[in-house]
Amino acid sequence: MSGRELVELTLAEARRRLAAREISARQLVEAHLEAMARHRALNAFVTETPDRALEMAAESDRRLAAGEARPLEGIPLAVKDLFCTADVRTTAGSRILHDFVPPYESTVTRRLWEAGAVLLGKTNLDEFAMGSANVTSWFGPVVNPWTPPGEEPGRVPGGSSGGSAAAVAARLCLGATGTDTGGSIRQPAAFCGIVGLKPTYGRCSRWGIVAFASSLDQAGPMARTVEDCAILLETMAGYDPRDSTSADVPVEPWSRRLDAGIRGLRVGVPREYRIDGMPEAVERLWAAGADWLRARGAEVVEISLPHTPYALPTYYIVAPAEASSNLARYDGMRFGLRVEGRDLTETYMKTRGEGFGREVRRRILIGTYALSAGYYDAYYLKAQKVRRKIADDFRAAFETVDAVLTPAAPGAAFRIGERMDDPVAMYLNDVFTVPASLAGLPAIAVPAGLDGEGLPLGLQVIGRPWDETTVLRVAHALEEAADFRARPPRLVEDGA
Amino acid sequence: MSWVIEGETGAWELVCGLEIHAQVISKAKLFSGASTEFGAEPNTRVSPVDAGMPGMLPVLNMFCVEQAVRTGLGLRARINLFSVFERKNYFYPDLPNGYQISQYAHPIVGRGSVTIELSDGTTKEIGITRLHLEMDAGKSIHDRLPDATLIDLNRSGVALMEIVTEPDIRAPEEAVAFMRKLRAILRYLGTCDGNMEEGSLRCDANVSVRRVGSAELGTRTEIKNVNSMRFIARAIEYEARRQVEILESGGVVEQETRLFDDRRGVTRSMRTKEEAHDYRYFPDPDLLPLELDPAFVERIRASLPELPDEKKARFVREYGLSAYDAGVLVAEREVADWFEAAARGRDAKKVANWIITELFGALNRAGLDIGRCPIRPQQLGRLLDLVEEGKLSGRLAKDVFAVMFETGRDPDAIVEERGLVQVTDAAALEPIVERVVAENPRQVETYRKNPKVIGWFVGQVMKATRGKANPQLVQELLRKHLERA
Amino acid sequence: MALDRETVARIARLARIAVPEEELDGLTGELARILEWIDQLQEVDTEEVEPMRRVMDITPHLRADEVTDGDCREAILKNAPKRFDGYFVVPKVVE
Repeated sequence: MSGRELVELTLAEARRRLAAREISARQLVEAHLEAMARHRALNAFVTETPDRALEMAAESDRRLAAGEARPLEGIPLAVKDLFCTADVRTTAGSRILHDFVPPYESTVTRRLWEAGAVLLGKTNLDEFAMGSANVTSWFGPVVNPWTPPGEEPGRVPGGSSGGSAAAVAARLCLGATGTDTGGSIRQPAAFCGIVGLKPTYGRCSRWGIVAFASSLDQAGPMARTVEDCAILLETMAGYDPRDSTSADVPVEPWSRRLDAGIRGLRVGVPREYRIDGMPEAVERLWAAGADWLRARGAEVVEISLPHTPYALPTYYIVAPAEASSNLARYDGMRFGLRVEGRDLTETYMKTRGEGFGREVRRRILIGTYALSAGYYDAYYLKAQKVRRKIADDFRAAFETVDAVLTPAAPGAAFRIGERMDDPVAMYLNDVFTVPASLAGLPAIAVPAGLDGEGLPLGLQVIGRPWDETTVLRVAHALEEAADFRARPPRLVEDGA
Repeated sequence: MSWVIEGETGAWELVCGLEIHAQVISKAKLFSGASTEFGAEPNTRVSPVDAGMPGMLPVLNMFCVEQAVRTGLGLRARINLFSVFERKNYFYPDLPNGYQISQYAHPIVGRGSVTIELSDGTTKEIGITRLHLEMDAGKSIHDRLPDATLIDLNRSGVALMEIVTEPDIRAPEEAVAFMRKLRAILRYLGTCDGNMEEGSLRCDANVSVRRVGSAELGTRTEIKNVNSMRFIARAIEYEARRQVEILESGGVVEQETRLFDDRRGVTRSMRTKEEAHDYRYFPDPDLLPLELDPAFVERIRASLPELPDEKKARFVREYGLSAYDAGVLVAEREVADWFEAAARGRDAKKVANWIITELFGALNRAGLDIGRCPIRPQQLGRLLDLVEEGKLSGRLAKDVFAVMFETGRDPDAIVEERGLVQVTDAAALEPIVERVVAENPRQVETYRKNPKVIGWFVGQVMKATRGKANPQLVQELLRKHLERA
Repeated sequence: MALDRETVARIARLARIAVPEEELDGLTGELARILEWIDQLQEVDTEEVEPMRRVMDITPHLRADEVTDGDCREAILKNAPKRFDGYFVVPKVVE
């Protein structure tokens, strides 16, 4: 197989061929390193690790030859640059950490390497995962490989896991890790025409992942198929005693349970998600999704999640409040950037003023304000109470349905530079993904069609806590029905 | 007891509450697996969690929770089965996360009380407002480099208990008595070593004054880091008098933090903060609320040792000690245990006397504590037995004690080796008594007028026998011979 | 709740983030718009609603009192902007 064919394989198929020794890990890794080099213009990677990748591939080939293959032996992956990787620079997309080299490995990535996966590099992201367009990175914006030909500077890949989404879509890796705080896996997955799963809060350890908002952050897989996501989750998930919010629940063989079908499942369509100004293409796709599920034997019913309209403002208190505290450690004292001032206070202020980008500064200030004396009750406490009501809405809904179907995002990828001056307009990107984040529920985005401009659109499936099985099964049904085969124009231009 | 400051315009009363930070005895830190060992090389007892590195998460040390509950029970306090760790946000170079994990709205221990004993023999209850768990910060070193500060994070993350009292203290002496009592309780419980020099027990005092009879509270100042028992009373008294002086001259006490300067014996204002503190407390999302099982608390309650108050009462009841002696002996659990081991089957009052006068004196002179005492309790007991059996005079016993303290050897061996056994044989003593009487006719004359002079004769005989003679017997024999002479 | 320039300056100082004087007005406007949008939360009746304290109903793992970490000074100090003799070096703290 040629390199250009190798990168087209799904993760599941590559795994089969590696096991059958039809291809080698080295061939597979080299093919992806070449693809990464061809597509540097996408700016999907902050750091490439070709030497480490080839070393890991060599070890995988040795094990494959010895019959000692591990579950992800030789599978080349990209890692969002929010996961700390031992001895590999980890930046969080920020100037303040531009030269930070962790002495430790995050639990999720450690599990991946222990399962034989290969690190290709660290992907670009919104600074500290704060953003929905991957335009806040200190390392510059990522270009969506679906950008219509000739358009400059291109479309956003969504965010914050924009580099991972673009890398998966552009066939620069077989899968990638992302993190999702309010939609940072699902929204870029939808914008880039791939699958992205945010597991139940507590399913994947947060240990070693640069924290944005601790009560919302959750790692998850991004790949080109539902099955590939399921395979990755089987390794990424698992109890970690080093994370107090990690749950001791069994990891299931999700990838082997996808074909069980959805006959008899009840799927809810929440009426509050029908928002003003939703593009017709999105509405049509949502209706189509409901039809596909019905056609496969599910019962689709309308449900109500009455506090949905308050999810975004709730999120924009809770997440910045936690972030304002989580990011206090970036003070130029022990690691990262230090900009010297005349005294200690000025050093703090200059370091953080210059080390953080505009959106991060904005959110730290909002969060600081929401927690400050006299405002705590009105903002933070209020938001945590509304959050409870949002979670209660879902709890009530899941008494009658097994899964919830919504669009993944209110539109397709927009142009780089758009919505930059209006933070609230930017925040609205996450309107469909934030509620599940606040409730801690598992949710997945699946590519389901294209809009009038030929840009991908995705559907979202939300499930009960710990019920990734149903989420993946419904997603798999949608995937089969949608039969999404469109390819990003950048790949077509590239001649692949 | 009442303690007032007589001012120019009338009498003033002190109102004082204490905030104590007690370092929890544990092997590992509150939220990380790094060691709590004191005095290690800088930054060698630091995990990435304690250094606030990206992506690091706290995991609560259950033993520290147990220690806090144990302390709460020792302070006769309510244990809150639901408590919440919150973040106290502020920037300081020795605070790596930019926040301290502490407890705020929901502490693990609620109201309790401590009984203190005062010099006039009365007791008083000091209310405990709360006790909560929190992590310590690192250490800043300002004097090594001229234009920079050095940071050592070895302390960062060590578990502390913050104990807050009600403003029940009315005299400097009460603050000292409280601290001594608290220290004793903590040491009995094994939850804090109470070492003020190493900083494992630190005290801040909130001080205000008001006119005697007034029910209103005055503006208070906080005196930071009064770090020895000696300075607590001095710092509080100085601060109270300073406030009275201000108020009487028509001024206002400013609510501020002051530092006690132990060399000059004064408190001084700490650099006024550029801005008011706004700690932005909120529940730490990395930690879930702490929920305790009532059975867990009961298990700890069942395992509590006998505490100083109970022990003191028992010593008075069972051993017939005076309240004062009992109080002295129970101040340290090791001393109380030592006393009981020595007193078993003996005259406990005598044992207590020996410990308080002889043993404490010797330990003091040698700079030792009871844990490193060269004499074992049974050895002291044996020494007292020898006196009781009439084998050793009180004077000789003291000499033997000195040798025991120096060598750690048994009293019997010392007595035997040095031939110190008391001579109780009249036949052996008669010739000496006869000689002493015969050689001192002038003293015999004096004796006739003043029989008390017999004491002088006893001394001579004791000298001649190098202290070995039984003094009662010597007296008897002397009386006989002096009458005859 | 209205947000003014002085409040933003105070908050920025509390958060130790330098905001150039000329950016203060613009930033105040941005933050005020965001907060105005957030204020719709006040419409929700939250009487007798307990705030969310835990996302999932799990019992956290607690650590045993064992030394399992630390003694890794090089790893702790290796990213330090300045170090000296095993310490972090920071700007002079005036006591």
